[in-house]
Amino acid sequence: MSKRIDVTDLNVYYGDFKAVEDVSLTVEPRTVMAFIGPSGCGKSTMLRTLNRMHEVIPNAYVEGSVKLDGDDLYGPGVDPVRVRRQVGMVFQRPNPFPTMSVADNVLAGVKLNNKRISTSKSKELLENSLRAANLWHEVKDRLDRPASGLSGGQQQRLCIARALAVQPEVILMDEPCSALDPISTLAIEDLIGELKESYTVVIVTHNMQQAARVSDMTAFFNLSAQDKPGRLIEIGTTDKVFSNPDRKATEDYISGRFG
Amino acid sequence: MATLTRATSASLTSGRLPSWVTGLLLSVAILGSATFFLAVGSPGLLRILFTGALIFASVMMVASLAVEGRRRAKDRLSGIVVTSAFVLALLPLISLVLSVVRYGSQRFDLQFFIYSMRSVVGEGGGAAHAITGTLWVTGLATVISVPIGILAAIYLVEYGTGPLARSITFFVDVMTGIPSIVAGLFAYSVFVLIFGPGTESGLAGAVALSVLMMPVVVRSTEELLRVVPNELREAAYALGVPKWLTVLKVVLPTALAGIVTGVMLAVARVIGETAPLLIAAGFTQSLNNNPLSGPMMTLPVFVYRSYVDQGSPASAYLERAWAGALTLILIVMILNLAGRLVAARFAPKSGR
Amino acid sequence: MPDFHGAVASDVDDRGKGGTTIQHGTVRRLGDRVFQALSTWSGVAILIMLALVATFLVWQGMPALTTPADELPYGAFPQFVAPLLFGTIWTAVLALIMAVPVAVSVALFISYYAPRGLAASLGYVIDLLAAVPSVVYGLWGIGVLAPALQPSFVWLARHLGFIPLFAGPPSGTGRTILTVAVVLAVMILPIVTALSREVFLQTPRLHEEAALALGATRWEMITIAVLPFARPGIISASMLGLGRALGETMVVAMVLSPSAVISFALLTSQHPGTIAANIVLSFPESYGLGVNQLIATGLVLFVITLAVNMIARGIVDRHREFSGAN
Repeated sequence: MSKRIDVTDLNVYYGDFKAVEDVSLTVEPRTVMAFIGPSGCGKSTMLRTLNRMHEVIPNAYVEGSVKLDGDDLYGPGVDPVRVRRQVGMVFQRPNPFPTMSVADNVLAGVKLNNKRISTSKSKELLENSLRAANLWHEVKDRLDRPASGLSGGQQQRLCIARALAVQPEVILMDEPCSALDPISTLAIEDLIGELKESYTVVIVTHNMQQAARVSDMTAFFNLSAQDKPGRLIEIGTTDKVFSNPDRKATEDYISGRFG
Repeated sequence: MATLTRATSASLTSGRLPSWVTGLLLSVAILGSATFFLAVGSPGLLRILFTGALIFASVMMVASLAVEGRRRAKDRLSGIVVTSAFVLALLPLISLVLSVVRYGSQRFDLQFFIYSMRSVVGEGGGAAHAITGTLWVTGLATVISVPIGILAAIYLVEYGTGPLARSITFFVDVMTGIPSIVAGLFAYSVFVLIFGPGTESGLAGAVALSVLMMPVVVRSTEELLRVVPNELREAAYALGVPKWLTVLKVVLPTALAGIVTGVMLAVARVIGETAPLLIAAGFTQSLNNNPLSGPMMTLPVFVYRSYVDQGSPASAYLERAWAGALTLILIVMILNLAGRLVAARFAPKSGR
Repeated sequence: MPDFHGAVASDVDDRGKGGTTIQHGTVRRLGDRVFQALSTWSGVAILIMLALVATFLVWQGMPALTTPADELPYGAFPQFVAPLLFGTIWTAVLALIMAVPVAVSVALFISYYAPRGLAASLGYVIDLLAAVPSVVYGLWGIGVLAPALQPSFVWLARHLGFIPLFAGPPSGTGRTILTVAVVLAVMILPIVTALSREVFLQTPRLHEEAALALGATRWEMITIAVLPFARPGIISASMLGLGRALGETMVVAMVLSPSAVISFALLTSQHPGTIAANIVLSFPESYGLGVNQLIATGLVLFVITLAVNMIARGIVDRHREFSGAN
């Protein structure tokens, strides 16, 4: 598992509005890439183009290419649904399915797709996914209870387990801790450290300490002015970007002078 | 407790009538009015209440003007007026329920539910044929309109953009205002065209009711689908679930309780329709279990026909009409209550 | 290794953005296409149905307009429909005049005067009025209300008979235009109340709180911050109520015994019927061109209610777009 992502000359549009301009970057397998930058700089949009979730918005489209181990996600005949089975996603706010139990939530990717799966297989998948999300011990006695009964941090880890159960190559996280308290945040950050053993992880975060703590590589996005597209300003190892950035804008942002 | 002596001081309660004055004045006014009418010898509940309310309002106004001034007095008057309007609106409901129960209970017996009117003249007989007919017609109407209605709502919420969606929304709203008699004429002319003049059938009645039911189903379902959080759709998409399965297995189940409630309220609304059924489904004295041919009696039409086509003794026919009305009201109330229970009981608990 | 290429028959969705875009590769799954087509066609089916209703009424009603008057069972169409049309509009307008002030007051009561916790239950009680089937209202109107009102009709005719509206002789049974209008008013009251409450919910909270913070009484707050904002909503609610009253059938059919006259008198037994009631009363005995004539009157009713509803919805929609509530 775990694949390499190559983004080349990517432009993202919402109708006539160009949201992201001219981005090229590479995410190596089994690493964590953090996207940082001020609000509205296009980092979430950028993240969503990695599994074509931006297409949920009508009239959104991209130019350029995004390759997963050489396969173009936007090539002819590509089914976005299949893309998303390889590139999972975790959202800002925990969003477990309220009508389903904890177990059904984890297995949602399988069950919602009408796939047949044997009971022993599904038990194994359930346990493995929950263990991988560091949630197994907390919920193993209430697998049949509604997921809405879990705490916010547990719900978010449930959503991670749900994404893992589809057995993706890449995990995208869109500010996964922004709705959580510090202790739950810590649990998720620890989990990210473990996930990169087997997955490629891309995380969007507003919290620079978090980026510094969890990521190997950091990409800084910024926009030159309001209503202008966001651009990739600087990309490098997290150590380099945080301690010795090449660009003035990066330094200003990281030292808290704007944004 | 605030007292009138303190009203002269500069405290926050100054210049206000203490709260117990309202209750006191109201009871005194009603009692006074009751004593007066009893003494005159013409006690009537409505008369007593109306006069009592008038006395109360005028005394209250004088008191408020004296103690609280013009602005407060106006405010009090507005309160009295809107409260009386509410009581006034309740009167017909109370009167209607009381009379339906009183007159309807006389023939609300077992015979009423197991006998039809076949070869019954005068007393006896029942509404079994009308009740089964109502089940047939509303059942068929539900089968026709619910799937189309729900799918149309799905179109509006999940797919619809641009002029088509806008015009569907607009005309669905307009359709909720179609007179039911027009729906009946429509169904009648369609079936006459296909099966020849004079055709009346349960199915034609069901088509008429569908025209009335569909917009209601679309409207309520649409509202419910719109409140399903987008986050759930995104969560499903991100798991690699295609849109149609997301709608079928995530969006619909989340809104299911509300949709069921909406359907039950829609059924409750059309089950009492009389005019379109009178025209499209006709009327008969016998049980007819074939919705494809022959007139089919329904409960509302039974009530109407029992009333307009009184034989002798007339009381037998009137009692059957009222018993039918009672049955109808009970069905409608049960559907309403059950609908609300479903909504309250099975609504998914979102978040914490 | 799973791959995501071309597993499903491809439906090329070319957005025509020129050679630089690579969007044309988007695949739509079979299930998605079927489901979208199904739901779109269901939406279209509703439009088609409305069009069919209009088409059938025109088609079946046409013979009544084109056939010479002496062959028509109910005589020339304009003379046939005029008293009915008059009765339809007259009863509906009367009902509206009675219902709207009460309905708006009830909505104000529920929204601003009743205890907060009770508002929903009180609204539900008023909604129960809308749940009662019209045939039951008819039964109540003729069996309970008409006899109850009859003495006051006599009183009105004796003391206010100099006003043409209340001119006698009063009906001995209470089966009059006024009785019908009262029942119709009761029937449309819940609709107007419910819609008015909805409008009140949309009034900007800030204006209300600002008025209260300035020391306004509750009533002043309503006149300053609520009613001006809610006026268009109340107007359209009233029009929807009017549409309902125009089309109401059973109450009129059961309470009135109409004749073909045009008269404003409220209390006499000489009064016009309404289009809808006349259809129900005459339909069972009609045949041939008579049926066409009745359908043609139905078409007239359809056009009127459609116009009333479209205007009302138009007001609501325009109002909604400009309201600060969203």
